[in-house]
Amino acid sequence: MDEKKRNEAYNRYVKAKIPKTKAWPSLFNSFLVGGIICCIGQGVNDLIMLWFPSMAEQTAWAYTLIVLIFIASFLTGIGVYDKIGKFAGGGSIVPITGFSNSITSPALEFKHEGIIYGIFVKMFTIAGPVIVTGVVASFVVGLIYLFI
Amino acid sequence: MYYLWVFLIGGFVCMLGQMLIIYTNITSARILVTFVLIGVALQAFNVFAPISEFAKAGINVPIIGFGASLAKGAMAGAQSKGLIGAFTGGLEATAGGIAAAVIFAFIFALIFKSKTK
Amino acid sequence: MKKNQTVKFRNKPRIVGSYSIVGPKEGKGNFAPYFNYVMKDDSFGEDSYEKAEKKMFEHAIVGAIENAHLQPDDVNLLLAGDLLNQIISSSYAARNFNYAYLGLFGACSTMAESLAVGASLIDGGLFDTIVCATGSHFSTAERQFRFPLELGNQRPPTSQWTVTGAGSCVLSNNGYGPRITMATFGRVIDWGINDVNDMGAAMAPAAMDTMLAHFRDTKTTPDDYDLIVTGDLGKLGSEILIDLMEDNGVKLGLNYNDCGQMYYTRNQNMLSGGSGCGCSATVLNSYIIDKLRKGELKRVLFMPTGALMSTTATQQGESIPGICHAVVIECDEENVDKYYKKVSTSTAYKTTKGNRKKGE
Repeated sequence: MDEKKRNEAYNRYVKAKIPKTKAWPSLFNSFLVGGIICCIGQGVNDLIMLWFPSMAEQTAWAYTLIVLIFIASFLTGIGVYDKIGKFAGGGSIVPITGFSNSITSPALEFKHEGIIYGIFVKMFTIAGPVIVTGVVASFVVGLIYLFI
Repeated sequence: MYYLWVFLIGGFVCMLGQMLIIYTNITSARILVTFVLIGVALQAFNVFAPISEFAKAGINVPIIGFGASLAKGAMAGAQSKGLIGAFTGGLEATAGGIAAAVIFAFIFALIFKSKTK
Repeated sequence: MKKNQTVKFRNKPRIVGSYSIVGPKEGKGNFAPYFNYVMKDDSFGEDSYEKAEKKMFEHAIVGAIENAHLQPDDVNLLLAGDLLNQIISSSYAARNFNYAYLGLFGACSTMAESLAVGASLIDGGLFDTIVCATGSHFSTAERQFRFPLELGNQRPPTSQWTVTGAGSCVLSNNGYGPRITMATFGRVIDWGINDVNDMGAAMAPAAMDTMLAHFRDTKTTPDDYDLIVTGDLGKLGSEILIDLMEDNGVKLGLNYNDCGQMYYTRNQNMLSGGSGCGCSATVLNSYIIDKLRKGELKRVLFMPTGALMSTTATQQGESIPGICHAVVIECDEENVDKYYKKVSTSTAYKTTKGNRKKGE
């Protein structure tokens, strides 16, 4: 089809026309910020283990994640996290803090539509898929594990 | 000195996410989904634990750790409780994180307003 | 042979009043000296951004009527549109006015659409005085089309920044002001671009189509215009348009530019430029009309483009259709001074920002 060919040619042309930005600076930023967030997590974990030496390792990790989630949620609330995100990209999306940000930000955004239809309904617009994939995939893994 | 490893591995994982953003133009929801799946897969093939051994927070703080604990929970559940464990195990293991994210999001949504850019 | 898409107006309706209101970020951009009002804070004293957008509309409509030295009762018809679902900002703003109302949706091309429709209605002698208004708000568009404001993500280099601002103008057969002489109604053109972060590329073929139709129908060339201005193709989109026109044997020179590309200063780092209904509307109702009134521009081809997409259609894998309407606005050379003489005796019109305090 003539039209299809034209569209394909146009898409190719546009792709070539899009200005190429240097990848290295943004990769470096994401590396730096991601690494720092992980180090903060490690620091929190070490402190918890130091203060509560009898705590099971798994519980300590759970607390660590909760602390990180709290910090990210708070930073989202005061409007700082998106500035970090603008600088770091993947560096602040991939850590658990990005998950927290993706839940808090729609909750804040849709506040005006009321607590139930705004905050409650919209809270998982971005993070919902994460939980769904996680639960489904882990169930499948568990099921396979059951039979082997 | 393990902080160096935490930094390097954590940074590297996040950089992989950034590469996905730059080269495939995907949105953050898809990145999170991809990394959760990676975590589930690592755990399913039992390679998460050895990585976690020396990478510590470097692999547990990225959302990969979240996926791994989901899978770990489901596997442990399936082992101890059978089929029902495969259902409940994943969420049981990650309930703390999900609940925390929901609770803090709710509280801060009540307190703060989203600011224009 | 293609059908004629262009209307030539016999009576040449005039733009007798105009008004532009913008957000703080836009107030620091390249057109800053020309805007009538710059908001200090883009929530405009309202508790949601949707309400703020509606208030901007009311403000712009009242301002334009005042600017035309008309009484609110002189207006027959309001033509307005915006980007939000069910064009709520314009419709809800229209509640507060006692005029017949037509809601228009042409995405970011709505300003030209309303001018073309309004001019046709006046030219046909059907109405005396028509107010056209459009606008957009960064925060409402962002939430509807993209992500929550506080989500920490990066914007790709092709993305554009929705302009917070509203523009309004009054069309009439009486009075003084630049005249609308021709209008070309565009076709919906889709060349299969799927990337919602690259609207310029999606809309450029529509701009090309309308531009070619306009030059063909009116037998004009780019050199016949002092300024050819597209709405929000952005940096990338306008480069594409220049290439596309060249492929069709029309060379766009220095008299071509794009509102979105010009909108923000370099330091504001807005990637590919401004976008949204407010982009072309505020530039037209400040800079362009100002220059046309003073006679510094004689003949302008104003052709904002719109991407007629919705998030639902995009998620279902549809590509982005674009549209572009063109309006030719000419300076009324015999009466260049008259408008300003009249204004100098009036206290209503003040170009300096921040003089108008309340919309009512």
